[in-house]
Amino acid sequence: MTSTVASTFVYVTFIRTTPEQLWTALTSSEFTRQYWFGMHQETDWKPGSSWQLVFPDGRVADTGEIVEADPPKRLVLKWRNEFKPELKSEGYSRCTIELEPIDGAVKLSITHTMDLPDSKLIGAVSGGWPRILSNLKSLLETGELALGT
Amino acid sequence: MSDDDVFRALADASRRQLLDRLHSENGQTLGELCQGLGMTRQAVTKHLAILEAANLVSTRRHGREKLHFINPVPINDIAERWIGKFERPRLAALSKLKRTLEGEDHD
Repeated sequence: MTSTVASTFVYVTFIRTTPEQLWTALTSSEFTRQYWFGMHQETDWKPGSSWQLVFPDGRVADTGEIVEADPPKRLVLKWRNEFKPELKSEGYSRCTIELEPIDGAVKLSITHTMDLPDSKLIGAVSGGWPRILSNLKSLLETGELALGT
Repeated sequence: MSDDDVFRALADASRRQLLDRLHSENGQTLGELCQGLGMTRQAVTKHLAILEAANLVSTRRHGREKLHFINPVPINDIAERWIGKFERPRLAALSKLKRTLEGEDHD
């Protein structure tokens, strides 16, 4: 982007559910596996705690830290890739997840930003987030997934 | 917003052009988006409001500036509805072939 030196993507979806259910879907491993291509997160969701995103085969994809956790409204993570050297070398990105109830639905906004121009990490995750959010919406609204894992 | 809003928003070349510009450079101000476009500032503002109402564009305040971001999630929802998981690799290959043959690459 031209206005700052950061790379940022913002993803927004509206899901017909409650903030509490959506928070559970975002933070429970059992649920996460169903819409996040079989991956799950390991953390206790307390500020300052470590956070990991783990592949189905147990390899660690990404690591970081819980910066803020205010259920069921706002979650902020420090997020670094672990399995691709060119992405890992960029260091930590910041992922902010916001839940806002609107007219019987919840507006879910995910802002993923890296203080680097043309971040490769932000480019890499930008293809994944829309699919993850479509899966999550479909799972919560219909009980089915749009994609397999 | 509904699928109808998304299709209506996309059914206009100027709005698709604005999305193309955000796709190539995300997080632009109104002023940046207006540069080099044959549209008045008022027209761009109107088109952005329609794109935002359809959830195809989201905005963030950054100091005194309002930045515009492309939000591809509604388009992905529509794609998932009809395309499904088994066709994805084949469609990606066809789409790549088309881009290569036609010499236009929007990535």
